[in-house]
Amino acid sequence: MSELIMSTGNKAVAAAVKMAKPLVVAAYPITPQTEIIESIADYVEAGDLKARYIPVESEHSAMTACIGASITGVRVFTATSSHGLLYMHEMLHWAAGARLPIVMGQVNRTLAPGWNIWAEHTDALSQRDTGWLQVYVSTVQEAYDATLMAFRIAEDNRVLLPVMINMDGFLLSHIMQPFEMTEPGDFIPPLDLPHKIDVNDPKGYGAMSPANVHYQFRFDMEKSMRASRTVINETEAEFAKRFGRSYAPVEEYFCDDADVIIVAMGTLGKEAEVAADLLRKEGIKAGVMRIRWLRPFPLDMNIKGKDLVVIDRDCSFGFGGVVAGEIQARYPDAKIASVIAGLGGQEVTYEDMAEFVRSRKMGTEFWFGIPQEEQ
Amino acid sequence: MTEIPKEEMLLKCPSTCAGCGSLLALRYILKAAGKDTVLVIPACCNSVIQGVYPYMLHTVPVYNIAFAAAAACASGMSEALRAKGEKTNVIVYAGDGGTADIGIQALSGALERGEDFLYICYDNEAYGNTGMQRSGATPLGAITTTTPNGKTVNKKDLDRIVEAHNLPYQATACSSYPADIYNKVKKALSIPGPKFIHILAPCPPGWRIPSEKTVEIGKMAVKSGIWVLWEKEYDKFTVSAPSRAAMKRPVPVGEYLKAQGRFRKVDEKTAAVIQANVDKNLKKIALEAAQSEETE
Amino acid sequence: MYEIRIHSRGGQGGVTAARMMASAAVKDGKFATACPFYGAERRGAPIVSFVRIDDAPVRIYSQINKPEMIVILDPTVMDTVNVLDGLKEGGSIFINTHDDVDFPAGFKVYKADLTGIALREKLVVAGSPIVNTPVIGALAKLGLFTRESGVKAITETFADPRNTAAAKAAFEEVIV
Repeated sequence: MSELIMSTGNKAVAAAVKMAKPLVVAAYPITPQTEIIESIADYVEAGDLKARYIPVESEHSAMTACIGASITGVRVFTATSSHGLLYMHEMLHWAAGARLPIVMGQVNRTLAPGWNIWAEHTDALSQRDTGWLQVYVSTVQEAYDATLMAFRIAEDNRVLLPVMINMDGFLLSHIMQPFEMTEPGDFIPPLDLPHKIDVNDPKGYGAMSPANVHYQFRFDMEKSMRASRTVINETEAEFAKRFGRSYAPVEEYFCDDADVIIVAMGTLGKEAEVAADLLRKEGIKAGVMRIRWLRPFPLDMNIKGKDLVVIDRDCSFGFGGVVAGEIQARYPDAKIASVIAGLGGQEVTYEDMAEFVRSRKMGTEFWFGIPQEEQ
Repeated sequence: MTEIPKEEMLLKCPSTCAGCGSLLALRYILKAAGKDTVLVIPACCNSVIQGVYPYMLHTVPVYNIAFAAAAACASGMSEALRAKGEKTNVIVYAGDGGTADIGIQALSGALERGEDFLYICYDNEAYGNTGMQRSGATPLGAITTTTPNGKTVNKKDLDRIVEAHNLPYQATACSSYPADIYNKVKKALSIPGPKFIHILAPCPPGWRIPSEKTVEIGKMAVKSGIWVLWEKEYDKFTVSAPSRAAMKRPVPVGEYLKAQGRFRKVDEKTAAVIQANVDKNLKKIALEAAQSEETE
Repeated sequence: MYEIRIHSRGGQGGVTAARMMASAAVKDGKFATACPFYGAERRGAPIVSFVRIDDAPVRIYSQINKPEMIVILDPTVMDTVNVLDGLKEGGSIFINTHDDVDFPAGFKVYKADLTGIALREKLVVAGSPIVNTPVIGALAKLGLFTRESGVKAITETFADPRNTAAAKAAFEEVIV
């Protein structure tokens, strides 16, 4: 094992990008992501990363410049957060629809009004229909590892869809944890984009496409999204084999014999393990499922007969927790107690999560911190 | 005389309206640019003109991109190609709405960063593709579907906005003067950094003129001085030959207005304002040309 | 798990102190995390940062509400902040001061004049004495991490030898 380095989540993502050697990085600053692109700008300036850094004038242009660069067949990266992600929204569709393997660091942050820079997942979840793969990470090491894997997964010819690595604002973007800056070697093969622009073989890209072909394009995207499940599994297995750190699309913690499972993403999903330990000491057989890959959505969660306490750090107004709703939709028999918690960076501790489990009312939605009579 | 290559870079299958000025201009742009070129096209008439998948009009790669996004897309493309050591021309071909309105932020950013690309705005003075709504580039008095009584404010001075970015090369042109377009594109592509060419491209259905009058109306625009052909290479400002001739004795702008149905609601008062605007602009341009000559 | 809360002022290097503390513990073979509480990051405003040290990976991201130790880099924050909030019974306080400070009974109190040390060692940047490297020496003395790991954590952050010299002085000055 190489030496452990103390690093923030942001700097770990930047370090992984340096390892992956993109040729173009286009980005625009936004808290709490800025440290990622500042670090990359430093790498470029120092000659440690031989890339063109394009300091664009907006996130819309950041994603667009990535698209323009990517179609020439080069590896590209960008990072954003919150309002920046939403400002990119249109171009997220363009990137995925153009089948470009763009990788993006996405630091989850609340949306205004009022101004709030703390963690929430609503930003990324509101972009879940754009055709991007989405992974949510929970440690600095995982942020690094997932970024390396994101390039390999996105660029796999069975996928050719962009990947967004989601990390909780401040809670993970700014925490310092020890991590191992593994050299990926040839883990990420050279990019060979089959549809890259070639002046000797001129083609039109994104021209008018009538319904019959457009429909086919969209089905192709869905097929690739489905195929990405296999590619993710293969990539994570290969990563574990080479570097000794294993990940699964849904990380399970004491789920086999559990009666009740806390389901959460990001740092909440990691801290939930401490809640499960606490509950087990009290005699409650609790486990944790931390959803890492939300897109493609996990289809083989082993939740039969178990109570799920799904903690959403988001809300789809007029519907409820997005993750709870998606699980219910894909697993109609699932027994769910939905908890909306942590919006706007609201403090949620493992003790709070243990209490969500103890006081769960299946089939209801509970807003943490709101008095019972207002629920 | 300029020798313009005989080889056509556009196939004979455009889905344009008859007499389209933007297609005429593009024909000469591509002849000047040659095969080592990528076109970036945001939402505009040329998104549609290029044909329906799997057919295409162009013999160079064409990358279609969102309305506001052309200059940013070209930025990324150019940076990536240059990083790979490739000299391929990256040319944006965008309408006036995609340039003067929704795309101006991305354009300003790309120009400020000094990206190596050529941005060409073909200006038909309205949102043509969506059925002629007013844009920032629609001139005073012009009827559009969103200014049914004629536009009440002036055309945005896009060229002055672009000029504020101090480009190595900037020019205006008109689809009625193909040799001028050809020469300007050639020159622009010989210069590194950001280049901008603004081409007036008459639109028969939008301007309410007969399809065969595209060239004639464009020439009237230049002869009246409402559209002036010039180029600016670094600090050297030159009025182009057709406008030099026209500026000696401009035709009254009223003739240009009368020839087009879109100006039919222009009253005498507005016509006088338009003429005064033209006179003022011509003075400014003559002065700038004279000053540029002096410093030579 | 051992939880520490650091009180300082914006610009004083409290966050970097937290990182060096966690880094030193990791060098000892422990697991540690360091995080700032992000609020008013204005220069001069009171800020807190957190360090957790454990024998297993730290999986907690929420704030530290019941610390085992508090570190006060700037005693003037005590005018506006209740630095003892949540400190566990029998917990430790380290304070940068040369004065006698009265704390309620039931806590272990340690002190060193980090500001004085920084001035003596000419460890002054932009007119401000640097206290975040001497504090590493003081905390090594309190056994949070070994002296060697503390020195390594400092030198990988700051090349200037005055930092380790100041840390050494603080190590000597703290009375355990």
